Amino acid sequence: MDFAQQLVNGLTLGSLYALIAVGYTVVYGIIQLINFAHGEIFMVGAFGALSTALLFFRSYVDGGQMLPFWALPVMIIGAVAASVTIAVLMERIAYRPLRNAPRLAPLITAIGISVFLQEAVRLLYGKIPSFPDAKQKVPFPKIAIVSGDAWTPFGLTIQRSTIFTVGALIICAAGLFYFVSRTKTGRAMQAVSQDPDTARLMGINVDRIIVVAFVIGATLAAIAGIAQGLQVTNVNFKMGFLAGLKAFTAAVLGGIGNVWGAVLGGLTLGIVEAMAIQFIPGTFGGSSWKDVWAFAILILVLVFRPQGLLGAKVVDRA
Amino acid sequence: MPQRSVVAVGASLLVASLALTGCGTRGGDDSSDTGGGSGDKVAKIGVIAPLSGDLAALGKGIEHSVDLAIKQANEKNAIPGWKLELAAEDDQATPDVGKNAATKLASDKDVVGVVGTLNSSVAQSVQPVLAAANITMVSPANTNPSLTQGADFATAPKRAYPNYFRTCTTDSIQGPFAARYLFEKAGIKEVATVHDKKTYGQGLVDAFTKEFTKLGGKIVSAQTINPDDDKYDAVISKIKPSNPKAVYYGGEFPQAGPFSQQMKAAGLNVPLMGGDGIFSGEYVKLAGSSATGDLATSVGAPTDQLESAKAFVTAYEAAKYSEPYEAYGAYAYDAANSIIEALKTSLKDASSAEAARTGTVTAMSSVSFDGVTGKVAFDEYGDTTSRVLTVYQVKDGKWAPVNTEEFK
Repeated sequence: MDFAQQLVNGLTLGSLYALIAVGYTVVYGIIQLINFAHGEIFMVGAFGALSTALLFFRSYVDGGQMLPFWALPVMIIGAVAASVTIAVLMERIAYRPLRNAPRLAPLITAIGISVFLQEAVRLLYGKIPSFPDAKQKVPFPKIAIVSGDAWTPFGLTIQRSTIFTVGALIICAAGLFYFVSRTKTGRAMQAVSQDPDTARLMGINVDRIIVVAFVIGATLAAIAGIAQGLQVTNVNFKMGFLAGLKAFTAAVLGGIGNVWGAVLGGLTLGIVEAMAIQFIPGTFGGSSWKDVWAFAILILVLVFRPQGLLGAKVVDRA
Repeated sequence: MPQRSVVAVGASLLVASLALTGCGTRGGDDSSDTGGGSGDKVAKIGVIAPLSGDLAALGKGIEHSVDLAIKQANEKNAIPGWKLELAAEDDQATPDVGKNAATKLASDKDVVGVVGTLNSSVAQSVQPVLAAANITMVSPANTNPSLTQGADFATAPKRAYPNYFRTCTTDSIQGPFAARYLFEKAGIKEVATVHDKKTYGQGLVDAFTKEFTKLGGKIVSAQTINPDDDKYDAVISKIKPSNPKAVYYGGEFPQAGPFSQQMKAAGLNVPLMGGDGIFSGEYVKLAGSSATGDLATSVGAPTDQLESAKAFVTAYEAAKYSEPYEAYGAYAYDAANSIIEALKTSLKDASSAEAARTGTVTAMSSVSFDGVTGKVAFDEYGDTTSRVLTVYQVKDGKWAPVNTEEFK
């Protein structure tokens, strides 16, 4: 019983990590850049959803009512628009000029962007007329059907937001699979990740493919942002930091560069954290040590499989 | 293998950035507004509180209340020949940042006293800095007993710093007060405890646990959370099977609000009780409708019901500050006034503010006046002599007082 309940909790957490981790891995697969600002794309997505709710459903938010269900697709569009805009601008302004610079330059740039985005939201969000101050946690609106009482089949507690998060991961993963393996752009992406120079000689527009990679990552991160908002019912400017760190860990655990690795890594990490809270007794158990166990698993995997759980398939470039 | 080294470098950079986020002061937003009183010598009262971040609501309330006390003192010309100014520093609720803020205030030779901090953990790193400079420190909100009575407060209390005072009661009173309320008044015998491992949260839960088990109650589950986390469902799933009748939470509202919300969403429909750290309007906002029935203890009698506090509330509202005075405003106001009382003695014959520092610390021990939260006076450890506490409960989206008592 405890096991099944913590499996549900772990899958919820893991699905969220997986949605964010895909963004790290897709970008890394194409340009070998660890985009540390990706956690902030997730945060911007959550704020995009919040802003959409404030702009179009203000009366519900102020009255403390649940938003109608059809607000959800509208908020998803708002969140994706915000995340994708920021991600594309980030690629265009900060990463593209550094495409041929030494590896360290874009990496440090990424950290700079991460700090910039956090501070921008912290300081400027509240300056937008009628928007709440974002220097502290901001309550996230509830939406009919995906918020509300939990379901309790067989004595388990399954939150509605859990169904949303896991469902979103399944739909996104299926969509991504179709996109990467069945569409022309997707196959071009595979080609660029295998050998960008040859891909360019074959007539593939590499710059466009890189933008597509950022757009995919940002879309999934935006959906994760809404999932987080629904789960914890608040958003804040630094929510992307820890989530980004965990998602990066998940991507490395699964094998960075491999999309399925990111999904598997995310789910593994989430489940390990939940199980560690439940089953490790004494001083080293409980919530305070869960991250230690999560990272211990990461180290173990990297010792015995340096390429990550599913890493071998893609990481073949020296 | 270039890509693996990028991962390695990246990971270490990330760790470095993690460490760096703790550093750097953002500076006080609106430190002071001077004007008039030309020719007067200047003495400054500092504020060290979280003016940004999750706890900014409480910190801003402290800053504005101190500002109010200073303005009123200047208007009344409380200390002839001297003009008081406010020097507010942001500690971001972080010990390192608080220490930097304290160092900055200590190096300003006009600073004679400091009101702060909000967090006990920050106070621990601020105390030694201010003690070395002989600057009086009065906290409106630190409730950890070791700050005044030393690490062995339970067995061998010993004054930790001669310059440290506080206007609020401590966890060694607040925790047991909550335990007695739950056990005796609410008839709850099984409680689960959760804390965030910070000095404040842990101290509160320890004091609560001791009294609650002594009364005959049972702690059915004792858990901790990581204050950086947003999701607590795994911890809640662990608590739920032990069937507690209430959850006692040691920590602050940015985590406690979502915790209460997630607890009830997961089907654990029992009240959450906490200390003064969750006694904030923000708690109710974050927890939403599920906050109803949750309990908090806070120091002193309810500010808006005290006869003595009405003048403060009226003056605060008249000053039109952008944030409400929140849980600690009245205590900060009293803290600032206790420093001003001491300054009346110490600044009288002093040549400069710096020269008056030691005299101010000495004068603090004889301060005694009727403040807005009750009698303001300090015992031999620097603790307040007042031991009145109140239990509040969330009703209709607001904290409502249910029981005010003197702790014996």
